[in-house]
Amino acid sequence: MRPDHPAPELDIDQILADPGVRIVVCCGSGGVGKTTTAAALALRAAERHGRRTVVLTIDPARRLAQSLGLNELDNTPRQVKGIDVETSGGELHAMMLDMKRTFDDVVLAHTDPAKAAEIFANPFYQAMSSTFAGTQEYMAMEKLGQLHARGEWDLIVVDTPPSRSALDFLDAPARLSRFLDGRMLRLLLAPARSGGRSMFSLVTASFGMFSRVVQKVLGAQLLTDLSGFVAALDSMFGGFRQRAEQTYRVLQARETAFLLVAVPEPDAVREAAYFAGRLGQERMPLAGLVLNRVHRPAVERPTAAESLAAAERLVELGGHEATVETLLAHAALTQQAARERRVARVFTDAFPAVPTVAVTAQPADVHDVDGLRTIGAAISRR
Amino acid sequence: MRAGEESGDRADADRASTRWPARLHVITGKGGTGKTTVAAALALALASGGRRTLLVEVESRQGIAQLFGTDPLPYEERSIATARGGGEVRALAVDSEEALLEYLDMFYKLGAAGRALRKLGAIDFATTIAPGLRDVLLTGKVKEATTRTADKRRVYDAVVLDAPPTGRIGRFLNVTAETARLAKVGPIKTQSEGVAALLRSPMTAVHVVTLLEEMPVQETIDAIGDLNGLRIPVGRLILNATRPPLLAGKITQAELRRGLAAAGLPTDRTTVAGLHAEARDQLVRRDLEESLRADLVELGLPLVELPLLAEGVDRTGLDLIADTLLATD
Repeated sequence: MRPDHPAPELDIDQILADPGVRIVVCCGSGGVGKTTTAAALALRAAERHGRRTVVLTIDPARRLAQSLGLNELDNTPRQVKGIDVETSGGELHAMMLDMKRTFDDVVLAHTDPAKAAEIFANPFYQAMSSTFAGTQEYMAMEKLGQLHARGEWDLIVVDTPPSRSALDFLDAPARLSRFLDGRMLRLLLAPARSGGRSMFSLVTASFGMFSRVVQKVLGAQLLTDLSGFVAALDSMFGGFRQRAEQTYRVLQARETAFLLVAVPEPDAVREAAYFAGRLGQERMPLAGLVLNRVHRPAVERPTAAESLAAAERLVELGGHEATVETLLAHAALTQQAARERRVARVFTDAFPAVPTVAVTAQPADVHDVDGLRTIGAAISRR
Repeated sequence: MRAGEESGDRADADRASTRWPARLHVITGKGGTGKTTVAAALALALASGGRRTLLVEVESRQGIAQLFGTDPLPYEERSIATARGGGEVRALAVDSEEALLEYLDMFYKLGAAGRALRKLGAIDFATTIAPGLRDVLLTGKVKEATTRTADKRRVYDAVVLDAPPTGRIGRFLNVTAETARLAKVGPIKTQSEGVAALLRSPMTAVHVVTLLEEMPVQETIDAIGDLNGLRIPVGRLILNATRPPLLAGKITQAELRRGLAAAGLPTDRTTVAGLHAEARDQLVRRDLEESLRADLVELGLPLVELPLLAEGVDRTGLDLIADTLLATD
């Protein structure tokens, strides 16, 4: 155990090979390589461990999506061809989340076609299904629940949305169901429930005032649309909440492994630490931390100081320009590595028991299956 | 020397207004590119020479407080830093619920009734159900601060907005379209039209922060396309965390071995091969960065390059970036 790396090492192959693990959730803040990590792990599970795997990506970079054969966003898993599964017998399927379509499917599943058509036409539904802060997280959760319920896969690898905060993925379902259960919604629903009398003729004084304000500020049409939307959704509330709770329980079960993804930068590491704390509170199983884009010099010696001193000597000596540059680059890389270890320690000090793996920065970005294979091997240290 | 200082301050103030002429600066970029740092540094730069700026965040992340190491910001404009020459940076974390209450209070004198509404969940409801409404309230508050006057003078010389990331910026700034779908008449519609007019005027500039990495550059190109489509003026491309290239070109192992020997360093195979591999990776990286830089240059927008703050972002680092922003052509 090196003093600068006190955390136990994460054995990703053990997780990917474990038949008891059915879901791997990759989470972390934006820009840390979640999607690439999810795709690389899914590919490895199929190729190395022979598992029938599906990867649910949220917003993959175009070229990465193409490398998985995802040229269109059609909300259903497609088998990825041209990978090496002959010996393992595994399969890899991939899909991109279509938020609006997933929401539409939920509506269709819970109500009759006439009511569904009414909901689809409502401007509030249109706004909410495409832009509601949290809809993407909620729908990712919903899609995960659907894939899990179908029972067709040995392993589901989920990428989480590029949220403001990694916590949104956990909070969105609760927020949505709190919202759907809220007193406000009950008040708006009251007229629909009491036989369709005009909502403006009833309820409490404060609500009367509210509707007056809303009418003034937003216009009466908006209130009509809103109450129509709410009334139409009413029949589905139970189903919404039930599904969110179901998925939540699946996430707490032993078949799920959460992987935190971060890069050795203060914001990303802080976010990972928050998330680790939250998972603990929610009794959700945290399997480990994948620290992407870590810089490591190929050799420990010469040290940064030795390299700089040697470079100085060579400059005095004259000639050897390329060696000078190489030594300066080595010194910079060594210093960067030391800095990154200091940053990562914020996490490992707070969560010393969480297994961690550092993945060395690739000189260029990944956008083909070979690249994903390399990343998978790097994560599993093979 | 007092006179010298004064002229230095004036020069700072002049540079701020000629190089960054907009009054509202919207900073966006892919997550992880350093948007908040750049926004804070720009607020400091534009406050130098005795001016006053407001740094605003809208996503309830408390990124500004973290950056300056202060307690979480309330929904209130607070002095957060002083800039060179007696300038002042104030900061504000806009909260959509608070903004709605303030707005209702301003137009309808709600007082205690507003708090009752909040208890009922009405405010949460209103800002949740209609995300467009939320964005109108947030941008509305920014507009109010940008145009606010006291004693016939503008309260802020500039307002810098730490805006949502590139993936959401078009939708966030395109407030009229979002609200038009929901509110067809009424003061919210009027308000959103006012915001839309400000955002499309020369008073506003949207600056996109990026790194020399593939995804951030791609998202930058996409976001600029979105903004052009919305006729929202793009100001500068800000290339963050750049490092001077360390290597001029290829080196052979033999060459490296001779150099190491001349410097008195070990020349065993492991050392030579290791350093050689590092140099090769650096060159791959440099070539990729060059091609990404070319993609950015092709966009034809003024490009500002900011140095990597190797030791993390502290006040010294912010001042260094602020100076670079101010010195830019």
